[in-house]
Amino acid sequence: MTKKKIQIIVCGGTGCSDKNSNAVAESLTIEIEANALENDVKVVRSGCFGLCNLGPVVRVMPDDVVYIGVKPSDAQEIIDEHIMKGRVVERLLFTDALTGKKLRSAQEMSGYRKQMRIVLRNCGIIDPENIEEAIAHDAYEALARVLTTMTPDEVIKIVKDSGLRGRGGGGFPTGLKWEIARKNKADEKYVVCNADEGDPGAFMDRSVLEGDPHAVLEAMAICGYCIEASKGLIYIRAEYPLAVARLKTAIAQAKEYGLLGENIMNTGFSFDIEIRYGAGAFVCGEETALIHSMEGLRGEPTVKPPFPAEAGFRGKPTNVNNVETFACISPIILKGAEWFSSIGTEKSKGTKVFALAGKINNVGLIEVPMGTTLREVIFEIGGGIRNGKKFKAAQTGGPSGGCLTEKHLDTPIDFDNLVAAGSMMGSGGLIVMDEDDCMVSVAKFFLDFTVEESCGKCAPCRIGNKRLHELLEHITKGKGVPADLDRLRNMCLVIKDTSLCGLGQSSPNPVLSTLENFKDEYEAHVTAKKCPAGKCRDLMEYFIIAENCVGCTACARVCPVNAITGERKEPHVINPEICIKCGACKEKCKFDAIIIK
Amino acid sequence: MSSIKIELRQEDVSKIKEICASFNNDPQELINVLHKCQEHFGYLPAEVQEVISTELNVPVAKIYGVVTFYSFFTMTPRGKHPISICMGTACYVRGAEKVLEEFKKELGLQVGQTTPDGKFSLSSLRCVGACGLAPVVMIGDKTYGRVAPDDVRNILKEYENY
Amino acid sequence: METITLTIDNKKVDVPRGTTILKAARQLGIDIPTLCYMELHDMNIENRPAGCRICVTEVQGRRNLAPACATKCEDGMVVKTHTTRVLNARRTVMEFILSDHPKDCLICPKSGNCELQSMAHKLGIREIPGAEIAAMSTYRKDTSPSIIRDLDKCIMCRRCEMMCNDVQTVGALSAVNRGFMAAVAPAFEQNLEHSPCTYCGQCVAVCPTGALTEVDHTPEVLRVLADPTKTVVVQTAPAVRAALGEEFGMKPGTLVTGKMVTALRALGFDYVFDTDFAADLTIMEEGTELLDRLNRYLKGDKTARLPILTSCCPGWVNFFEYYFPDLKEVPSTAKSPQQMFGAIAKSYFAEKIKVNRKDLVVVSIMPCLAKKYECQRDEFSVDGNRDVDFSISTRELAAFIKQANLDLNNLEEGEFDAPLGESTGAGVIFGTTGGVIEAAVRTAYEIHTGKKLDRIDFTELRGLEGVRQAAIDFDGLEVRIGIAHGLGNARKLLNDVREGKSQFHAIEVMACPGGCIGGGGQPLHHGNSEIIKARAAAIYEEDRKKPLRKSHENPFIIKLYEEFLGKPNSEKAHHLLHTKYFEKKKKIIVKQ
Repeated sequence: MTKKKIQIIVCGGTGCSDKNSNAVAESLTIEIEANALENDVKVVRSGCFGLCNLGPVVRVMPDDVVYIGVKPSDAQEIIDEHIMKGRVVERLLFTDALTGKKLRSAQEMSGYRKQMRIVLRNCGIIDPENIEEAIAHDAYEALARVLTTMTPDEVIKIVKDSGLRGRGGGGFPTGLKWEIARKNKADEKYVVCNADEGDPGAFMDRSVLEGDPHAVLEAMAICGYCIEASKGLIYIRAEYPLAVARLKTAIAQAKEYGLLGENIMNTGFSFDIEIRYGAGAFVCGEETALIHSMEGLRGEPTVKPPFPAEAGFRGKPTNVNNVETFACISPIILKGAEWFSSIGTEKSKGTKVFALAGKINNVGLIEVPMGTTLREVIFEIGGGIRNGKKFKAAQTGGPSGGCLTEKHLDTPIDFDNLVAAGSMMGSGGLIVMDEDDCMVSVAKFFLDFTVEESCGKCAPCRIGNKRLHELLEHITKGKGVPADLDRLRNMCLVIKDTSLCGLGQSSPNPVLSTLENFKDEYEAHVTAKKCPAGKCRDLMEYFIIAENCVGCTACARVCPVNAITGERKEPHVINPEICIKCGACKEKCKFDAIIIK
Repeated sequence: MSSIKIELRQEDVSKIKEICASFNNDPQELINVLHKCQEHFGYLPAEVQEVISTELNVPVAKIYGVVTFYSFFTMTPRGKHPISICMGTACYVRGAEKVLEEFKKELGLQVGQTTPDGKFSLSSLRCVGACGLAPVVMIGDKTYGRVAPDDVRNILKEYENY
Repeated sequence: METITLTIDNKKVDVPRGTTILKAARQLGIDIPTLCYMELHDMNIENRPAGCRICVTEVQGRRNLAPACATKCEDGMVVKTHTTRVLNARRTVMEFILSDHPKDCLICPKSGNCELQSMAHKLGIREIPGAEIAAMSTYRKDTSPSIIRDLDKCIMCRRCEMMCNDVQTVGALSAVNRGFMAAVAPAFEQNLEHSPCTYCGQCVAVCPTGALTEVDHTPEVLRVLADPTKTVVVQTAPAVRAALGEEFGMKPGTLVTGKMVTALRALGFDYVFDTDFAADLTIMEEGTELLDRLNRYLKGDKTARLPILTSCCPGWVNFFEYYFPDLKEVPSTAKSPQQMFGAIAKSYFAEKIKVNRKDLVVVSIMPCLAKKYECQRDEFSVDGNRDVDFSISTRELAAFIKQANLDLNNLEEGEFDAPLGESTGAGVIFGTTGGVIEAAVRTAYEIHTGKKLDRIDFTELRGLEGVRQAAIDFDGLEVRIGIAHGLGNARKLLNDVREGKSQFHAIEVMACPGGCIGGGGQPLHHGNSEIIKARAAAIYEEDRKKPLRKSHENPFIIKLYEEFLGKPNSEKAHHLLHTKYFEKKKKIIVKQ
């Protein structure tokens, strides 16, 4: 394929797609054809750029100019000005919040500066539906090298030496996992890619699969070569249609090019990949549950051992890694174990992808070296807290993790430091909370998720989490007593200690870590019956400041329960017994007379 | 779980058999079979599960056990315009709950219900991975981002004539 | 096998690799409490979902607690079974379980025999913290002809699901829903009646709580006993006498035949008869049918279907009617002993004592829950009057006896009434797996060969192996016999029959593991298979003690044929003592 001189890359990640980036791409194509530029300019749909709140995002290469918030109607200007006349369309550039400067390249953005892209190396750069572009960016080169010049043991040694640990949450050394699966002899073995990303607020795997599916396919084949498996399975959420479509295209193309299937590159090694669908069960992220789900059963976990590496899918040795882990493999093979292990901290090597979300300015996907501090992530890359509010906490590890607070801002983020701080790496969701968030409510929110997602097999998870949730609910309603906090802690510790699988063993973490870091907030709820963040409706009291009230009666008229009384032009009063705390009066009041106590 | 009694037509039975056969009637492919059947019928009524049970030689109790385990599968027909509100963390902290309440109020529905005219059904979703647009609402394939409770009525208006 | 050494509670123990902490601890005499775990060793039945987490223990070097039932021992492992951490965890988990369990023990049928209740007591639970704000998972109650499901009391031990699917392969029950609302139920959470349930009652037999119990017919029986216009006849199945004593503190395997008769008489039954008599009658009918089919087959008659299958077990009948309707011509058409008894009692006996059948009430005492359903089948009644009016289980009888302030231990030995109380040893062994076919062989051999048997005990047909086979020499004719107990084992033999691969002439099937002695209506064995073995031994002991041990030698049977039925398989016998089978599986309705 001859490369066209100019490529206009339109982000096809979910965020941008939802904001109609498809139409932008279509308009650009129409403009290109209208100007008879089709031999020189090509429109490419890529995976996520990681600038989700700025979409639709368009990047012009090789100039490396990024346009944000592009509408279909902007296509003509981009073609006329930038492509034809070489003039950058200033109004579509990103404006740096601090300096007010218009930035042309993504690399100039403060958010990009601290990042290092290994996993996301091709996301937003290549057309994920075109294998030739992937190959031009080194896809399948590692597989070729492995199959033609290396023994399985040599490959496993490199992966071990690289220090790569599983990115799915547990952090188990990947090379060691491969080695165990290799050692268990069987007539058939399986390589499974866990793409059942289910943490609320996490979309790393989705972005990799949508942006660079070949990175995963290639690594699975390498793993298959190492453990002597000829079959790979990708277990993916059915709720990710775009990722599924791109995977299917990628698998078909790889087969067409002889990079998957029978006798790959004429080396005698055969490896095929199938897609299996999840159906909405968070617990299926747990290996044994995932395997049962692929076998057509309820996704209930079973006791380990036996580990999947001994008896997994269909009772055969099975190696399960998640998307991000696989995406690290090819660069490790190509650049060497030493290169990878030079990145990161002593026991956590390489980079980690995080999905930044919550009360942060730059929402999106980032990839940083292990050991980057929370401060760098939130304030430099993430651009700080929205609306100038105060940072309160960041939750990592989703519903299995805990919250990090101000005192953790300068802790280097890696597997072990997060565990020491009472949280965990998890798959990489990072949700930022500000002063307006009530930590008891946040804990309750996560428990709500766990209760919903518990499989119900073991008693502590099935019933215990429900009881935790009820007690938190009780506390946020102002009905708690101080002794409840001890009971809460005991329940948490026992659920962790006795649950069957990782879901139950980590589900109390959000409660324990908020209880540890925000004890005073819990105490305020059970003693003073106040919610310091003003979030718990039952603990609020709406109050009219008589001096500010002009007696316009607007509040009384809007009150759905007639809780507000008062004569015209006289200060009004809210009856707290009747008030349902809906907030309608406060919204209506033009005189700032209504406050929450 | 309630289910609506339906009678299958011969072509429906043939379709289910065809789907099962495309997976070699392998019981291990049950979840794929259920996905395909739900895609075709829109939901998985008891009768469909009975046919799958016969074809795959899996007790229908076990099939029902699987259907009720996974939140993606449903035994009630969804509305013509299924409304899903993302309850992921990002959406939650940006007020998804209030948006959900507003939909409940406007439509007089609880989560999991369908309007009597079959037009709308309401469900909450796990994170859809569009956190940048939080709070997110999906109606059919269309995504609405940064939805405020006040927007709900206008959003529903779009579907007035459909 | 490799032996490893570990330390439990500071004591060293050697165990084979692969042993669980629970079993290693038991070897040391250390009692680790368990709730969901259940093992029936001799039948290779084990339930180990590791779901209740009551048996957790502390393993040195391990982050969290380890379930003893499912954690394998490792060399050098150091285990502590009762540390404060363990005790606190056990108590808290138990509080969780109880917080989602009704507290109506006072009127619960399982009270006093409930494993959850015992565990709550053992762990010293006196209150449930937070109970006032604890929501309960509640479900619709389901009453079928035999079994009541009250899922509010389900603790998700999964024993019933394992019995129904893995052991019985009935597939009526499955874990359904997720999380807090997870429970074990039939498809679509419909009633059992609309499921493939065979009413074998094995789910009830293993349920640790009151979630699965039998439908109690004692109140109805009490009502007819108190009604002076009714003549009430009772029949007792063979397996009952080998187990009833357990409910009164007797050693498993204690025979209480005579005491049971006395108790029944004291309860007010007008005639105390024995199902064993009807078992002898069954042998006459079924044995004749076997010989007939066999002879026709040997003569090359293609319409003679072999093997013949026994048909006295109602759970088994329900099973093949649902899963093997294409084979419904294969089983013997002979009714079960319970129904033969009812048919004879309400015809021959009613005439004899000059009582209108509407005023004659037949009650059966059965080790079985499927018998409750069986006696309600339409084909077993005349003008709406059932041949057998009520069937109550061994457990219900025990409770009934206790209500009447009778202590079985102190009762005199009584004798069955004549004429329907006379039986041979062949009738007795119906109560255990292999017994029906052994009884049939004793009679068929002598009728076929015209010779007297040298030995009456066919030990090759006995035992607890799930599927057994034997070839019996009928004086030059080799009769090949298959035996299966437990419906999963039966399914294997039935699949062979369906595929034309079966090499047997006759097959005995009992739905329950162990046969009727392990029936769903028997005193709960709580997973102890020694109890089942002891009951089998008692059955064979009663057989040995009987003066007559072959059905065709029963003098009353001879008289009954002379006076009333004519010959075995006669027209009258067919009318009263034989039945037919129906296809149970509902068809999928197709709209035209």
